[in-house]
Amino acid sequence: MARAVTNQRKALNTALAWIVGLAIFFPILWTILTSFKTEADAIANPPILFAFDWTLENYSEVMERSNYGRFLSNSILIAGGSTILGIIIAVPAAWSMAFVPSRRTKDILLWMLSTKMLPAVGVLYPIYLLCIRLGVLDNRLAMVVILMLINLPIIVWMLYTYFKEIPGEILEAARMDGASLKEEILYVLTPMAIPGIASTLLLNFILAWNEAFWTLNLTSVDAAPLTQFIASYSSPEGLFFAKLSAASTMAIAPILILGWFSQKQLVRGLTFGAVK
Amino acid sequence: MATQHSRSAARIMMAPAVFLLLVWMLVPLCMTLWFSVRDFRPLRGGDLGFVGLENFGRFVSSSAFWPAVATTLVIVGGVLLISIVLGVMLAILLDQPMWGQGVVRILVIAPFFVMPTVSALVWKNMFMDPVNGVFSYIWQFFGADPVVWLSEMPVFSIIMIVSWQWLPFATLILLTAIQSLDSEQLEAAEMDGAGPLSRFGFITLPHLSRAITIVILIQTIFLLAVFAEIFVTTGGAFGTRTLTYLIYQRVLESQNVGLGSAGGVYAIILANIVAIFLMRIVGKNLDK
Amino acid sequence: MGRITLDKVRKAFGDVEVIPPLDLTIDDGEFVVFVGPSGCGKSTLLRLIAGLEDVSGGQIRIDGNDATMVPPAKRGLAMVFQSYALYPHMSVRKNIAFPMRMAGIDQAEQDRRIESAAKALNLTDYLDRRPGQLSGGQRQRVAIGRAIVREPAAFLFDEPLSNLDAALRHGMRLEISELHKRLDTTMIYVTHDQVEAMTMADKIVVLQAGVIEQVGSPLELYRKPRNAFVAGFIGSPTMNMLTGEDAAKRGADTIGIRPEHVTISTTDGTWKGTVGVAEHLGSDTFLHIHPDSDPSKTMTVRVDGEFTAHHGDTVWLTPQEEHIHKFDAQGLRIK
Repeated sequence: MARAVTNQRKALNTALAWIVGLAIFFPILWTILTSFKTEADAIANPPILFAFDWTLENYSEVMERSNYGRFLSNSILIAGGSTILGIIIAVPAAWSMAFVPSRRTKDILLWMLSTKMLPAVGVLYPIYLLCIRLGVLDNRLAMVVILMLINLPIIVWMLYTYFKEIPGEILEAARMDGASLKEEILYVLTPMAIPGIASTLLLNFILAWNEAFWTLNLTSVDAAPLTQFIASYSSPEGLFFAKLSAASTMAIAPILILGWFSQKQLVRGLTFGAVK
Repeated sequence: MATQHSRSAARIMMAPAVFLLLVWMLVPLCMTLWFSVRDFRPLRGGDLGFVGLENFGRFVSSSAFWPAVATTLVIVGGVLLISIVLGVMLAILLDQPMWGQGVVRILVIAPFFVMPTVSALVWKNMFMDPVNGVFSYIWQFFGADPVVWLSEMPVFSIIMIVSWQWLPFATLILLTAIQSLDSEQLEAAEMDGAGPLSRFGFITLPHLSRAITIVILIQTIFLLAVFAEIFVTTGGAFGTRTLTYLIYQRVLESQNVGLGSAGGVYAIILANIVAIFLMRIVGKNLDK
Repeated sequence: MGRITLDKVRKAFGDVEVIPPLDLTIDDGEFVVFVGPSGCGKSTLLRLIAGLEDVSGGQIRIDGNDATMVPPAKRGLAMVFQSYALYPHMSVRKNIAFPMRMAGIDQAEQDRRIESAAKALNLTDYLDRRPGQLSGGQRQRVAIGRAIVREPAAFLFDEPLSNLDAALRHGMRLEISELHKRLDTTMIYVTHDQVEAMTMADKIVVLQAGVIEQVGSPLELYRKPRNAFVAGFIGSPTMNMLTGEDAAKRGADTIGIRPEHVTISTTDGTWKGTVGVAEHLGSDTFLHIHPDSDPSKTMTVRVDGEFTAHHGDTVWLTPQEEHIHKFDAQGLRIK
């Protein structure tokens, strides 16, 4: 039973929470606002919060100058491709572990987790070298595969925890009702797991989109996603605040929107089901 | 519990994922181990032969090693401290009844979704710039001299940037954990005469201890690997070179692969020590 | 047709043998109940028959054909699960149609069978709802509907009523019994509740630790329990078990007397005791009596509902000698 709280106390909580929330959000807000300013307004002293001449100039300039479209399409392709590929590989694996557990299932799950813990820098050169030897440095397909492998343990884990919540009796009922393994997965398991699969897709898309170790080290031009696009602003363009802001806003806006939908799944995905 | 038929089907369906991860893990790992015992400099003569454990010794005895260890510890420790302490406070605050709770939650969680390169650049230029950054205006407003953040207190600056990114993660997990606390427990404690502070200390905090441990372990693994934030802000200068960054420089910048690989092996061992504790907790949870 | 024969069927999980080799024949049209305490292997046995578990040895025959290696769907059996196992993303109609869809039965026939099952089970108004919008009893009926339309050789029920409240459970018990009378199809029903077993079964199979303790009609089990375990398990309230002098006097190690076979008197009798708790059910009253010879023991006596007794009253009990069950040191019935 929740107890009745005085409005006074609630108002106090609200004020405090909003102040803290806005403070944490402020850098993002400031970036978005600055992206609509002229360069002069962007460095005005004192800073102007809202009362400036709103302009879209920065956006058009950023897009003209840096071939934003290519970076964006690379990001979408790499994040989307790696996620979808990962799901295709992970669904059967997660099904097996959730519904036909053996004595080794737990060990396999934990081992998969341990591959995620492997520090990237420890295997940087081998991967770099392999990419050169195979002629796939700065190659989009290679990035799709690498990011898929990086996130595969998380995808398997998330799907596993979702599948675990589906009662095994339902799958047995389908088996009794004459469904083959394929039909069982297609008609019974997948429809029931769609919310879980969707959240897994979402979270892993975000993680792949923001991945900034392999994308920075293994791409340069052809396969470079938005992480590279922004890194190229580190100097001296970074001093043009309005353009930097426009570029940043374009890089984070799509993912912020997706991210807000996936808050709950974030907890499950990143704690491997250990916190619910 | 299943039949032979479904068990063999299961094994086949698990195979691709297991095989891919096995290759992904073993091949580079073996290569790193191989390079770590060789004098391998691609730009200066290539593979100059077997050197035993020399690289391991040289990596540790180089003048950059101990400062890098110290920097790593300070950054990881600092971010952990900030994100846990503020995270607990924020989680408790967000758990209180209020208007617009959903919106506040979204505001708080947002930084986690910001691309690391973006957050590093935005902080570096728009907030920490000594001339035009937001902080410099604030300092000037109070009549203080603006701070040149990234060269005067570079490590602290990076801690701030990284904490901003990870505070939402800690808050969200701790909030989830707090919400799973049975409110009857708190009411029972209240009936037993416990005040707000005792309730926090005796009920809430112990309830959170598991979640806090998990946050610490997961964040440690990610924080040990922090890269982009340093890459785009200081590039490892001003004493912000962490172990990860040092290895990166050895391998790709100075192309001393043997030495860097030895460092890589150290990093793997370090991460595994943390990972073992994390896996224990996760493994225990699996048994339930 | 649904004659099921288990021939030396055994099941082991790893090194643990949960069902030692076991023989059992279930005749066509019979209503057989597997009953026993939890963990006795009754559900495992049902799942072996269903084909959801592999047998570790022995043979299962359905209508004379070896079905041991036949996959579940091909055995011609339908199962109703404890959790109902309805497909939450399908409407009631689609749930019931699912097995027919899998079997490739044509649409007109599917509709016909759904209509008739829905009518029989009072589900006509709910066909387009999702399982989540139904009550427990309705979900139970949908699960049964899904089983009926397959026109199976036998129905398997795995504790189907344990998730229902007491009133509903009684109603569903009658419905399932009526269904059996109407369809005249073999039914195998697993429960831990001996009341369900007694009221529904043609034949009860009492299991303990994977071993069949006794097979027989409800009244056979009630009148002539083969051993002390069956005697204690069947009947409610449970049989009073006495050892020591009273048993030795009758040439047994243990004797049992059902609460309804003890005569009570306020003046004289075999055993003197004190009334502890009296449970008044209206039609009957159950008295829990502490015999003076050993007040830590309790004997249960069933008396008429109008009989009045209070805590602390002194009463005399007399067993009806012809209803005393005698067991030897191994717990086996002495003839």
